[in-house]
Amino acid sequence: MSEAAVIPQSQNAAWVLPSRGIVGMACLIVAEAAIFIIFIVAYLYYLGKSVTGPTPHDVLEIPIFTSICLFSSSATVHAAVSALHQGKRATTSLWLAATVLLGGIFLAGTAHEWYQLIVHDHLTIQTNLFGTTFYSLVGLHATHVVVGLIMLSLALVFSLTGSLTPRHTGKLEVLSLYWHFVDAVWVVVFTVVYILGR
Amino acid sequence: MATQAPVSVTVAQTAPRRLVLDVLHDWVTTVDHKKIGLMYIGYALIFLVIAGFEALLMRIQLAIPNNHFVSPQIFNQLFTMHGTTMVFFVGMPILFGFGNYLIPLMIGARDMAFPRLNAFSFWISAFGGLLLYFSYFGASGLYGAGSAPDVGWWAYAPLTARVFSPGHSSDYWTLSILLGGVGTIGTSLNIVATAISMRCPGMTLNRMPLLVWLYTVMSCLVFVTISPLTAAQIMLMLDRYLGSHFFDTQAGGSAVLWMHFFWIFGHPEVYVLVLPAFAFANEIIPVFSRKAIFGYPAMVAASVGIGFISLSVWAHHMFTIGMTAGANTFFVLATMAISVPTGIKIFNWLATLWGGKIHFTASMMFAIGFLFQFLIAGLTGIMLSVAPFDWQLSGSYFVVAHFHYVLVGAILFMIFSAFYYWYPKMSGRMLSEKMGKWHFWLFLIGFHLTFDFMHIPGLEGMPRRIYTYEADRGWMMWNMIVSSGAIFQAIATLLFVYNMIWSYFKGPEAGPDPWDAWTLEWSTTSPPPVYNFAVTPTVESRRPLWDLKHPDDPDSHYE
Repeated sequence: MSEAAVIPQSQNAAWVLPSRGIVGMACLIVAEAAIFIIFIVAYLYYLGKSVTGPTPHDVLEIPIFTSICLFSSSATVHAAVSALHQGKRATTSLWLAATVLLGGIFLAGTAHEWYQLIVHDHLTIQTNLFGTTFYSLVGLHATHVVVGLIMLSLALVFSLTGSLTPRHTGKLEVLSLYWHFVDAVWVVVFTVVYILGR
Repeated sequence: MATQAPVSVTVAQTAPRRLVLDVLHDWVTTVDHKKIGLMYIGYALIFLVIAGFEALLMRIQLAIPNNHFVSPQIFNQLFTMHGTTMVFFVGMPILFGFGNYLIPLMIGARDMAFPRLNAFSFWISAFGGLLLYFSYFGASGLYGAGSAPDVGWWAYAPLTARVFSPGHSSDYWTLSILLGGVGTIGTSLNIVATAISMRCPGMTLNRMPLLVWLYTVMSCLVFVTISPLTAAQIMLMLDRYLGSHFFDTQAGGSAVLWMHFFWIFGHPEVYVLVLPAFAFANEIIPVFSRKAIFGYPAMVAASVGIGFISLSVWAHHMFTIGMTAGANTFFVLATMAISVPTGIKIFNWLATLWGGKIHFTASMMFAIGFLFQFLIAGLTGIMLSVAPFDWQLSGSYFVVAHFHYVLVGAILFMIFSAFYYWYPKMSGRMLSEKMGKWHFWLFLIGFHLTFDFMHIPGLEGMPRRIYTYEADRGWMMWNMIVSSGAIFQAIATLLFVYNMIWSYFKGPEAGPDPWDAWTLEWSTTSPPPVYNFAVTPTVESRRPLWDLKHPDDPDSHYE
C-alpha cells in the first residue's frame, strides 16, 4: 500500500495540442532529409571524379514525362485527403487510384531507365563513381516511392472496401505528407542529377 | 487549482505471484513506456559491464611496458568493441531508458505518443547490440578470417574495405550500427511527438520540465546526426556487398569523405549523450539545493544553442588531415563558440546552488562531481580546439583522457546521480545511501587516478590505440597509475550493481515522493501504476508539486 497525492483536475476545454501523427511524420521527414542530403553531397562531391566512363552527359536522359507524373501525384493525393474530409468516398478512391497510377508510371520509368543504362550503356553500380552515386541516390528515392506506393495501395484497398471513413482523414493526411516529401526529394534529385550534374 | 483540495488515492500492490513464462511474455510483448524504459536501462547496464570489462583488459595490457597479456589482434578488437559498445549500446540506450521512463510521467501523459514504435525501437536496438557481439562467433564466415570488428570505432576507410577487412567482422559492425541508428531515430521521433502532443492541460512549453526540454532538443539533434551515420553505413554496405566505390580510393573514391560523414555524426553525438546528462542535472540540482532552477529560459536557450552550434564543429576531429586555413579557422572558432552556451549552463547551476540549502545525498554528490569534472573536460576541450595544439596532440592519449573526462566524468557521473534520484520511483525502494557514498568516493578516486594522469603520457607523446610500448619512453609510471585507477572504478561499479540488487529487496520503502520534489512523476505511486495517473493532472506552473504543497505561495504567482 502506498499513498500518492493526485493533482486535481480542473476543466480546461481550450487545451488543444498538435496532432502526434503530423509531428511524428515531420520528425521522420527531417531525419530522412538528412539521409538524402548525405547521398546528394556524395553525388556532387564525386561529380566528374570518375576514373572511367560513362559520364552522366553520355548516358542520362531527362525523364520529363515520368517526373511530371510524380509531381502531379502530389496534387491527386491532396485531392484524396480533401475528398475524404468531405466524406466523398468514391472520389477518395478515384484520387487514390490516380495517385497510385501516377506513382507507378514514375517507377516504371525508373525501371526502364535503369534497364537502358545497365543493358545498353553498361553502367552498373560497380562501373565507376558516377554509377555508384547515381544508383544509390536514385535507388534510395525509388525505395521511398515503393514504400509510399505500398501504403497508398493499402489506403486504396481500404477505401474501396469502405473501411476508410472521414475519421481517418488525419491518418491519410500523414500519409500524404510522406508522399509530398517523396515528391519534394525528387525535385532536388532531378535538379542535381539531371540538370546541374549533366 | 486552488479551489480544489488535494485528494489521495491508495493503490494495492499485492499482485499474486505469476509464472516465469507469464512474466517474460509480459515484458517481451509490452508497449508500456515504463517497462520499455527499464528494459533499455537493464540492457545498457549489461553492456556497460561487458564494455567496462574490455576496458579493464586493455588497462592490464598497458599497465607495464612490453606486455603480452593479450595479442595485438585481440587488443584491436577490444578498443573497437569497447568504443562501439559504450557509445551505441550503453550511452544512448541508458539515456533513452531514462527518457522513456520519465518523459510521459513528467508531462502527465499516459504513455509515449507511439507505444508500438517505442517497443519496435527498443527491440531493433537490442538486436543491433546482440549482432555486434555475435560477431565473436559468426564473423569468421566462409573466409575463416576475422573475429570481432577491429577497425576502431570510427571505422576509417579504407580499413573497412573488403580487401583490408576480410570475413564479416566489419559487416557485423556496420549492420549493428545501422540497426541501432534506426532504433535511435524511432525513439527520438517518439520523444519529440510526446513532448509536443501529449502534454497534460496547462503544461505550456514554458512550464515543461527542463528534462523534457533537453530530451526534445537532443532528439531533434538525433535526426540530423544519426541519419548521416545511417546513410554512411548504407554506403559502406553497398561498398562491401555490391562493389560500389564510395570509399574506394583505387576508383577515385575518397577516404576523407567517410571521415566527414562519420564526424558529422560523431561530434554532435557527444551532445546527444551530454544533453540528457544536463537534463538530469537540471532536475536533481534544484531539488537538493531546495531552490527552483536559476534561469529557466536561459537554460532552454543555451540547450537549443548547443544543438545548433554542435552541427558546425565536426571537422575539429580532422585538423590533421590538412584542411585549408579558412576551414581550420572556422572550425576552431565554432568549437570555441560552443563553450559559451555550456558556460551559461554551468553558471546557472552554480547560481542554483548559491544560497541553497544543499542536501548532500549520494545523488547530489555525483551531480557536484559532474559539475566540477565537466568544467575540466570543457577546458581541455578548448585546448584541443586550437588547431596548432591539436596538430601536436591529435591521436594521443591526451585526446583519450579528454573525451573520457566528458563521457565518464560528466555523463557517467550524472547517470549514477540519476540512478540514486529515480531508482526509488522505478522500484519503490530507496538505494542504500551508505553504499551510495562508498560508491561515490571510490569511483571519484578511481576516476581521477585514471583520467587525470592519462593526460600526461598523452602530452609525452603516447599515441592512442597503441598495443604496447618500450620501457625507456617514460610512460610506464603514468600507465601504472592509470591502470590502478581502473581497479577502483571496477570495484565501485560492482558495489553500485550490488546496491541496486540489495536495495530492490531490502531497501526502505520509498513512498511516492522521497525527495520532496516538484515535478509530476513524484505525484504518483512508486513504482507508478500502468496507467501512470488515475486522473490526468493539470498544472499551472513549472513546479506543480510545489504549488500543491504550498497552496498559499504557488509558483504561478511568480512566473
